[in-house]
Amino acid sequence: MPAVGEILDGKDICICAGSGGVGKTTTSAAIATGMAARGLKVCVLTIDPAKRLADSLGLKELGNEAKQVDPALFEQQGIEIKGELWAMMLDAKATFDDLVARQAPDEEARDRVLNNRIYQQISSALAGSQEYMAMEKLFELHSEGRFDLLVLDTPPSRNALDFLDAPKRLTQFIEGRSLRVFMKPTGLAAKVAGRGASVALSVLKRIVGFDLLADLAEFFNAFSGMVDGFQARAKRVNGLLGDPRTCFLVVCGPQGEPVDEAVYFHRKLVEAKLPFGGVIVNKVHYPAEQLRGGGGNLEASLTEKLGDDDLAKRVADNFADYQALAERDARNIERLANELRSQGVIRVPYLDEDVHDLAGLAEINRYLFATSEERIELAAGRA
Amino acid sequence: MRGYSHSHPLFLPASEIARNHPVTDLLDKRLVFVTGKGGVGKTTVAMALGLRAAAEGKRTIVCEVSSQENASRMFAHTEVGFHEVEMEENLWSISIDPDESMREYVLLQLKVRAMRDMLFRSRIFNYLAAATPGLKELVTIGKIWELAQLDRKVKSGRKYDLVIVDAPATGHGIGFLQTPRTFAAIARVGPIHSQAQQLDRLITDQEHTGVAIVALPEEMPVNESATLERDLLDDVGVAVDRVYMNGLYPERFSGKEAEQLAELAAESDDGLRAAARAGLSEHNRARCQRAQLSRLRRRVEAPVKTLPFLFEPDLGIEGARQLAKRVG
Repeated sequence: MPAVGEILDGKDICICAGSGGVGKTTTSAAIATGMAARGLKVCVLTIDPAKRLADSLGLKELGNEAKQVDPALFEQQGIEIKGELWAMMLDAKATFDDLVARQAPDEEARDRVLNNRIYQQISSALAGSQEYMAMEKLFELHSEGRFDLLVLDTPPSRNALDFLDAPKRLTQFIEGRSLRVFMKPTGLAAKVAGRGASVALSVLKRIVGFDLLADLAEFFNAFSGMVDGFQARAKRVNGLLGDPRTCFLVVCGPQGEPVDEAVYFHRKLVEAKLPFGGVIVNKVHYPAEQLRGGGGNLEASLTEKLGDDDLAKRVADNFADYQALAERDARNIERLANELRSQGVIRVPYLDEDVHDLAGLAEINRYLFATSEERIELAAGRA
Repeated sequence: MRGYSHSHPLFLPASEIARNHPVTDLLDKRLVFVTGKGGVGKTTVAMALGLRAAAEGKRTIVCEVSSQENASRMFAHTEVGFHEVEMEENLWSISIDPDESMREYVLLQLKVRAMRDMLFRSRIFNYLAAATPGLKELVTIGKIWELAQLDRKVKSGRKYDLVIVDAPATGHGIGFLQTPRTFAAIARVGPIHSQAQQLDRLITDQEHTGVAIVALPEEMPVNESATLERDLLDDVGVAVDRVYMNGLYPERFSGKEAEQLAELAAESDDGLRAAARAGLSEHNRARCQRAQLSRLRRRVEAPVKTLPFLFEPDLGIEGARQLAKRVG
C-alpha cells in the first residue's frame, strides 16, 4: 500500500474527487500540507472549507488569489514545513469574469457579456460552471508555473462525474452548432427581432416569450467573438487533465454507497484515460482484526474487571456494534481493492473527534503519509 | 400573505412574517422539500417521511430530483423512472428527469400535435432546451407542482395528499428552490414569467409547502445548515420548518464510567482493551456530537429533531423504516 507521498512523487497536479460529505476538503488540505512538509511549494485550491479549518490556515480574508499559510502554525502540531504551503478559495464567478475579459476581443465585447443578464445567471447557475471554473483556475496556475504541486479540492456535487463532464457541457453550451444559427446576421437574433420568421420560432416565442428569446439571442451574439478562444482553451484544459503528471485521487467513505461511487468513478477515469492515483477511504472503523476477540465471555470478563454488570453489558453491546461497523468497512474496502486490483487504497480511521482544526488535520496527515511500518504502529495504538 | 394575519404585518420584514407563520405540522402540508449538504442522509430521511405519511394513511409520493435514483435503489425495485411507481400501500416514487419534464410541459402547453412535432424537431428548440441555464431546474419544479395539484394536468393523474421531494444537495440546493424567482426576473413578461411566478408562489406558500433541512452532528454540516436556513429565508422567502439532526450516537457512558474504561484500557490487553477503547471512542464521539447538537440548536431558528445513528450497516429501506417512527 503506497503512501500519498509516493503516489504524488513527480506530479504537478493532484485532483481530489468524490461525492459530497466524504471529507474531500480536509483530505486535500492534509495532502497539500504533507507535500509542503516534504519541501515542495504547494498550493491547495479549495471551494468551500470549513470555517474553522479556514481560520486555522489563516484563510479568513482569502479570495481568488493564493496566499501563503504561516508555517509556524504547523510547527505547533509537530509538522515542519520544509517547502511552502499556499491556499486559495476559488471564486467561480470571478474566475469566469476573468476568463471572459481575457477572451474578449475588445472592451465593448467584454462588457456586453458581463452585463448580460443571462450571463450573470450562468456564471453562477449553469450546471457545471463551478466545476469548469475550478479546472480553469487550475490551468491558469499551472501555466504560471509558480508552484511545484497544485492540489484541487473539487466542488461538492452529488455525482463526482459532473466534474469530468463540466468542460464538455460548458463548451457545448457556447459552441453548439445551433449557436451558429443565432450568430449569423440573418440568424435567430434577427429573426426574433421580426425580420423573417420561421414557424418553429413563432411557436417557440409563444411558449417561451419574446423577451427571454431576445435576451438569449443577445447573449449568444455577445459571446460570438469568443467561441474559438473558449474552445481552444477547453481543449488545453482537457489535455492537462490527461497529462501523466496529473494525478486523480478518489476520496470516499467506507459505507456501501460511497464505495460504489468510488468504484464507478475509477472505471470512468480509466475509460477516459485519465491518470488515476488511488483511493482514500475516510472515517474507517478499523482494524477489524483487532476489534475481534473477546468472544462469548467478554461480558463476564468485563463484569469481573469493572464490578458493574450493567456497565459491562453496555460496553459489550457497544463493542459488538463497533465490530459490525468495522466488518462492514472491511468488506466494502476489500470490494474496492478487488476492483482496483493492485492499485492503492489508503485508509484513514474514523477519529474520535470531528476533524475541522489544525490538530485534526495533522492527525489525518500522519495516516496519509505513513510508511507501511508506521501504519502498523499507528494502527496498534488504536482500538 | 396567505392564511394568516399578523397584528402588524406591515411593520415586519418579509423574513419575520415568514418566521412567525404558524407551524402546520410538516406532514400535514401538501409538499415538503428535504434538503441539506451532500452525504447527510437526505434520501433516507425523505423516504422515512414518505413511509411515515403513508402509514398514517396519506397518499404520498417521494420524488427524486437527479438521475441517481437512490430511492429505487433503496426499494430494490425495478428502476424508478419518469413515471409514478407504487412502492407500498399509499406510497409512490418517481425520479424526475428534466428532459421528460420539458417534453411533458410542451405537451401540456401546445394542444395542436403538428405544432408540437415541429417544435420537437426544431434544432433551435432542442438547443435552447438543453442550454438555457436553470431551465432544467425550472421544468423539474414545474413537474413537482403538477404532482402536487389536486386537479392533475396529466391525463388520469393520481391525486396525492403529500408530495415529498428529495432535493439536490446544497450548493445547488438554494439555487434549486430559487430557480422560479430567478426565472421570473429574467423573463420579465410572457408565459415563462407568469409560470415561474406561479411556481415561486408554490414554494413560498408556508401553509402548504414545507422545507426540512437534514444535518449531521459535525462542524461543517452544522455551519452549512445554519447558512442554508438563513439563505432560504433571505433569498427565497422560505422559513425552514424543521431541521433533522441525523446520525446521533447514543450516550452510552457517563463521564465517570469513561474514566473507568480508560483505566481498564490501560491495564488490560486484547479483547478487554479493545472493548474498553471502543467504549471510550463512543463516549468521545457522543460528547462531540452533543456539542454540535447544542451549536445547531443555538444557530437555527427552526425546531431541531434528532434521529439516531443506525449501527446496523447499509440498511437501505430498513433504515428508512426505523427512522420513520422518529421523523413525525
